[in-house]
Amino acid sequence: LQEIHVAMASRKTSHQNRVNGDKYSVLLPTYNERENLPLIVWLLVKYFGESGFNYEIIVIDDGSPDGTLDVAEQLQKIYGEDKILLRPRAKKLGLGTAYIHGMKHATGNFIFIMDADLSHHPKFIPEFIEKQKEGDYDLVSGTRYQGNGGVYGWDLRRKLISRGANFLTQVLLRPGASDLTGSFRLYKKKVLESLVEQCVSKGYVFQMEMIVRARQLNYTVGEVPISFVDRVYGESKLGGNEIVSFVKGLLTLFATT
Amino acid sequence: MTKLLEWLFGVSLVGAVWALVTFDLLDLSLPQTYREVAWPMPLYLLVSFGCYSLATVGYRVATFNDCDEAAKELQEQIKEAKEDLRKKGLKM
Ligand SMILES: Nc1nc2c(ncn2[C@@H]2O[C@H](COP(=O)(O)OP(=O)(O)OP(=O)(O)O)[C@@H](O)[C@H]2O)c(=O)[nH]1
Ligand SMILES: [Mg+2]
Repeated sequence: LQEIHVAMASRKTSHQNRVNGDKYSVLLPTYNERENLPLIVWLLVKYFGESGFNYEIIVIDDGSPDGTLDVAEQLQKIYGEDKILLRPRAKKLGLGTAYIHGMKHATGNFIFIMDADLSHHPKFIPEFIEKQKEGDYDLVSGTRYQGNGGVYGWDLRRKLISRGANFLTQVLLRPGASDLTGSFRLYKKKVLESLVEQCVSKGYVFQMEMIVRARQLNYTVGEVPISFVDRVYGESKLGGNEIVSFVKGLLTLFATT
Repeated sequence: MTKLLEWLFGVSLVGAVWALVTFDLLDLSLPQTYREVAWPMPLYLLVSFGCYSLATVGYRVATFNDCDEAAKELQEQIKEAKEDLRKKGLKM
């Protein structure tokens, strides 16, 4: 009996969530994510379905040679054209512009930004939304550095670099957010639009600049602890001179914000 | 004001106070002990900030959560998702 009550209660809240008028557009930039894309979409559908929020998923594929777009088209057939939107571009033009491109086509009043490589788990989405409503935050940022947040598959070296870089950033910039380089975030659409206009950096530093500028513009920031699981399938596109570009970006922000 | 300027401002303020006391620039005829304490102060500050940094980073590295549960859960969900998607007609 209790189970029935719980089921009824959750159906009721999921109904309420559907009628309250908010819509969440999830931007999924992909480059060679043929294996990950179906899984992340499946998980998104699962958690949005359970919580009942209105949503759409926008896939921005940059001409992946591995056939990601083909998989995306199949997913669109399975889940419907109102849920899965395809906004591909002909060639690899980078992550920052992929967000801008996707945002132009978003019909929601809120926008989720997350990686398509399963490092960011859709199970946190209801927590992001709750957090946002709790304080009417302009931006809610996932954090690996607080509460139950954490990482999986990182060795000591990587943890040390990550924590060291984070400490240095906190000292120099005092940004008022604990995770600056993470990219699992929820924005009010208007806020994201104004931030994107302000931000000049490319690639990796882009995420850091977004949150620093948010503070500068007096936007409110909420945080949700997330677990970050290293990608299972596919290859990392960043890496290599990650540290160099991080330091450059940090110093640039230090001198200009 | 940029963070860089804030830092420069803060550092020069502290530097000015330090110089005032150490070299008694205003001829306040401060007791000798004040000067002796003030003189090596910047070094002490630097060293203690360094220790604080190392301790903080070390502690945070040691207490960085390993999300084994999350990884396991994800693996199971991947299996479930693949099965369901195959049923729905997805060709991988
Ligand atoms: N559309 C588009 N997506 C991209 C591009 N570069 C990366 N992505 C996607 O952006 C997300 C993040 O990229 P990742 O390669 O995972 O970067 P990362 O998370 O820092 O690195 P790893 O997880 O270690 O591989 C993934 O979903 C990628 O598929 C690009 O140029 N265009
Ligand atoms: Mg990744």
